[in-house]
Amino acid sequence: MSVVAAAGAVSADKAGGNHWQKAAETMAVERLHDTQLERLRATLRNAVDNVPFYRRRLDEAGIAPNDLTSRDGVAALPFTTKADLRDHYPFGMFAVPRDRLVRVHASSGTTGNPTTVGYTRGDVELWADLIARTLAAGGMKPGDMLQNAYGYGLFTGGLGLHYGCERLGATVLPISGGNTDRQLKLMRDFGVTALSCTPSYALYLAEAARDHGLRPADLPIRVGFHGAEPWSNEMRRQIEAALGIDALDIYGLSEMGGPGVAFECLCKAGMHVSEDHYLVEIVDPDTLEEVPEGTVGELVVTTLSRVAQPLVRYRTRDLCSLSSATCDCGRTLARMSKPVGRTDDMLIIRGVNVFPSQIEEVLMTVPQIEPHYQILIERKDHLDMVEVWIEVGEDLFGETMGQLETFERAVQHRLYSVLNIQVQVKLKEPRTIARSEGKAVRVIDKRPQ
Amino acid sequence: MKVTQVTVFLENRSGRLAEIADLLGRRGVNIRGFSTTEAAEYGIVRLIVPDPVAAREILHDAGFTTHLSQVICVAVSDEPGGLARVLDTLAEQKISVDYLYSISFNNICFAVHDIEHAVELLAGKVTLLSDEQVKIL
Repeated sequence: MSVVAAAGAVSADKAGGNHWQKAAETMAVERLHDTQLERLRATLRNAVDNVPFYRRRLDEAGIAPNDLTSRDGVAALPFTTKADLRDHYPFGMFAVPRDRLVRVHASSGTTGNPTTVGYTRGDVELWADLIARTLAAGGMKPGDMLQNAYGYGLFTGGLGLHYGCERLGATVLPISGGNTDRQLKLMRDFGVTALSCTPSYALYLAEAARDHGLRPADLPIRVGFHGAEPWSNEMRRQIEAALGIDALDIYGLSEMGGPGVAFECLCKAGMHVSEDHYLVEIVDPDTLEEVPEGTVGELVVTTLSRVAQPLVRYRTRDLCSLSSATCDCGRTLARMSKPVGRTDDMLIIRGVNVFPSQIEEVLMTVPQIEPHYQILIERKDHLDMVEVWIEVGEDLFGETMGQLETFERAVQHRLYSVLNIQVQVKLKEPRTIARSEGKAVRVIDKRPQ
Repeated sequence: MKVTQVTVFLENRSGRLAEIADLLGRRGVNIRGFSTTEAAEYGIVRLIVPDPVAAREILHDAGFTTHLSQVICVAVSDEPGGLARVLDTLAEQKISVDYLYSISFNNICFAVHDIEHAVELLAGKVTLLSDEQVKIL
């Protein structure tokens, strides 16, 4: 299939921000739909030719790539789920041989195995363009400096924003997460104009700035790009007031390549989906039928341009709504609302996806642990804190404090190696964790919604 | 000669220690000695009682996490240097003491790494109490 990524150029949009690829971002809807149909067929051909899973699926559904005559025909295609990705771990969903793969990222799976994401060189370039659109929409252009405080590594946030910023021609400061004092120092010393991090870290940083006696006017940043975890408009107002910036939401998921699926313009009226590269639908999570525009349902995404890992009707489990009305910024790209919830039990903790089943799996490998546990999530100083409560049975309880402390540390370490987040293990007396009649309440999430 | 000790795991919640004392009191268990150790969130209570097996059962049935272990109980001579003599004896043989606490009168309870060796070493030098003797302290 053809590589669609083309470099862009900065031009002003009507909301005070910039376009990166104006033609694509403001394409007439009819043309957009034609483009989507053409790319959807190419994606299906790539999937059927190169991924045995999709060959089987489409065969069962009795559909050939060329049968599609309109982009709405996507509704006849079978869904793809996270379980399908897990079943084909690690590389069974890839459509290219190893010598065309230039990058692999991974995020948590629902159980032991992570979800892997592959990229060809073209996929990496496309991704960079999508992030360049995102940053431009916030008003960035060459000469700006982005302090990228997303974590670098297997998580797609760090490298995603990094490549996008370079693609735009702006300067990236790859500071990664943590070390708040240094973040504040470099922000001021370097005259940083934009910040990317999770919304909760933005608030944490704002608080630290206040503790240092810094007022919003002392900070040179103008705009922030915050995603990877759910946040409210109230939180947006807090971040904007505390840092003196426009705080914009960005959306993506590693399965789709990472951030860059959708982004806000300065109108802050929903996130524009890069529909020329992602075909989105909203379905009722129970009936899986499409819902009327504006109704909240599950977001389903089909990749239109990714080569290494085409995904057809991937069920994101995120609940949101869509609007196709043209935005005041001039973009014709449909807008998605902030996700309002999940259809599964996935938790997002400091931007990291965590499934309770992963925690349970770790605990069940430790023979001395009683089958009762609870996961408590709170927000302290704007950061998510996770406690895992375990009951101390007589099998575990030895004689000395040292044994208990060693045990706590060992479980904490094991959880860290699987989840990649720090978890506090709390030892509790037997029968102190509430039992319930039916389905046990394993997760208590006390974070403000 | 060794003595059996009852150990109980407790979360740091007010009233928990009182519950143990109440429970044992009501069941006629006379506590001869005890100690507590605490971390930020929980602690360990150690008890020397006349019938440790029965006391443990009472606590266990009431839902406490319990454990029985062996310690040595030394009647330390009531004079300056009395404790030092015992500790020196153990130190010379590199027997490490996990913790110790004093119980009724001049008796000290020791939890050590190599208990058999420690008993052997101390037996001729100091008075070691038995379970039976602890009962009538």
